[in-house]
Amino acid sequence: MNHLPQAWGRPRDDVYGAYDGSYLQTHGPNQHTQQPIVTGTSVVALKFSDGVVIAADNLASYGSLARFTDVKRLRKFADSSIVGFGGDVSDMQYLDRLLNSLDIEEAYSSSGHTLNAKNLHTYLSKVFYKRRSDFNPLWNQVLVAGLDDDKKPFLASADLLGTTFSAPSLATGFGAHLAQPLLRKVAPDEIAASKLSKEQALAAVKESMKVLFYRDARSLDKYSIAIVTAEGIDLKEDEKLENQSWAFADQIRGYGTQVN
Amino acid sequence: MFRNNYDNDSVTFSPQGRIFQVEYASEAVKQGSVVVGIVSKTHAVLVALKRNAEELSSYQKKIIAIDEHLGLSLAGLASDARVLSNFMKQQSLSSRLTYGRAIPLERLVSSIGDRAQTNTQHYGKRPYGVGLLVAGVDETGPHLFEFQPSGMTQEMVACAIGARSQMARTYLERNLEAFADCGREELVKHGLRALKESLAQDKELTVENCSVGVVGVKGEGMKRIEAFKLYDGAEVRQWVDLVADGTEGAEGTEGMEVDL
Repeated sequence: MNHLPQAWGRPRDDVYGAYDGSYLQTHGPNQHTQQPIVTGTSVVALKFSDGVVIAADNLASYGSLARFTDVKRLRKFADSSIVGFGGDVSDMQYLDRLLNSLDIEEAYSSSGHTLNAKNLHTYLSKVFYKRRSDFNPLWNQVLVAGLDDDKKPFLASADLLGTTFSAPSLATGFGAHLAQPLLRKVAPDEIAASKLSKEQALAAVKESMKVLFYRDARSLDKYSIAIVTAEGIDLKEDEKLENQSWAFADQIRGYGTQVN
Repeated sequence: MFRNNYDNDSVTFSPQGRIFQVEYASEAVKQGSVVVGIVSKTHAVLVALKRNAEELSSYQKKIIAIDEHLGLSLAGLASDARVLSNFMKQQSLSSRLTYGRAIPLERLVSSIGDRAQTNTQHYGKRPYGVGLLVAGVDETGPHLFEFQPSGMTQEMVACAIGARSQMARTYLERNLEAFADCGREELVKHGLRALKESLAQDKELTVENCSVGVVGVKGEGMKRIEAFKLYDGAEVRQWVDLVADGTEGAEGTEGMEVDL
């Protein structure tokens, strides 16, 4: 054994070869996100009279490969809000840890202050904007569902650029094209949404999830759905799409191998 | 001859377990002119006695608005209070920016408490030579906090700090039960009466030497607050005249006995 102290605790060169110091370099290219890798598809959400319904399927795709089929993309915050994540799954996990530590920090102050969904949405949008300004974006679009300062239903979107917007119904990804028109039929404006019952909203969201499964090749028939009201959160993470009907499928022309 | 060897810095205990520098800082608070704070179920008020260094100079500012929902009054080194109030303004603003939320009072006060405490534990630093009364409203209603140079902070129902403040505290203790159900005007009057108790024999309350700060809630939640307002000069005449000598009945004379 080498008796020199500077060699103690190091793998022996005669056994393992000299250590490749290039692994320890701090310079070299920045490793900023250039594209999402493992991704989640749509999140859909709809406001109703006294809350919000939000849903996302349990799939994480690796490109076109359905890689993970049990990924929970709806995350609770402080037992009062739900964040639904679309986009990169590793960035979702980072944000989830961030929000958990924020939740714990908030809970330290004894006297019942919590961040509501509106506060949470503002915070997330600032995080997204900071990261895109560093040219290191968090590759997500999120929907935040919960209640605002006046305990009214709150639903808003924030994305990787820090863009925010709000509407009685929202959908990310493919859902923005496929589900949003269906949801807008049910709730064209805030007034219509404030008259919706929980059952109506639930049915509309479930129907949207079904249509998305029919037509979005990166989707799954297992999904999570949450109802957020002043009473709390009812989150189910292992739902299965019901009453599927593929009768329309053989009418479809223009895809695949058939010519007409 | 008998020089105190244990008061050279704030990191050395005396054999009796005292930290003299911190105690000296508390003395600085007692040199400042008196300030009084009271809370009811709906309001928090600050009342302060201003001093002028000489006949020809202006009066030293005693109440500082921090944000829409809170303000503070100081007793002691005004320049130290400026440092602390600037920090509090930054914290309040940052909360509004990142969360879209008015910062909870308890959180803000403990953050300056932490700052002040580190000054009592690091060599080469000195404690702040100022005591503060912080009054404001948040989601959980109106609050009053006391801050001491030691880093101690606590929530109070009513409090007075500064020169001859014991007399004011005696008044507050005597009327403690009344405060909770007081309206805004009654609360200010109580504050001014407490202030009057602590005046030196030949002094009286005038529009020049009085400052009043008021903040309150109008209804449920943070949306409807009566923003912190500072009243100075002619604006305080409405209250000063009400508590002037001879204009009040038994209540006023009863308090006078304490002064003897």
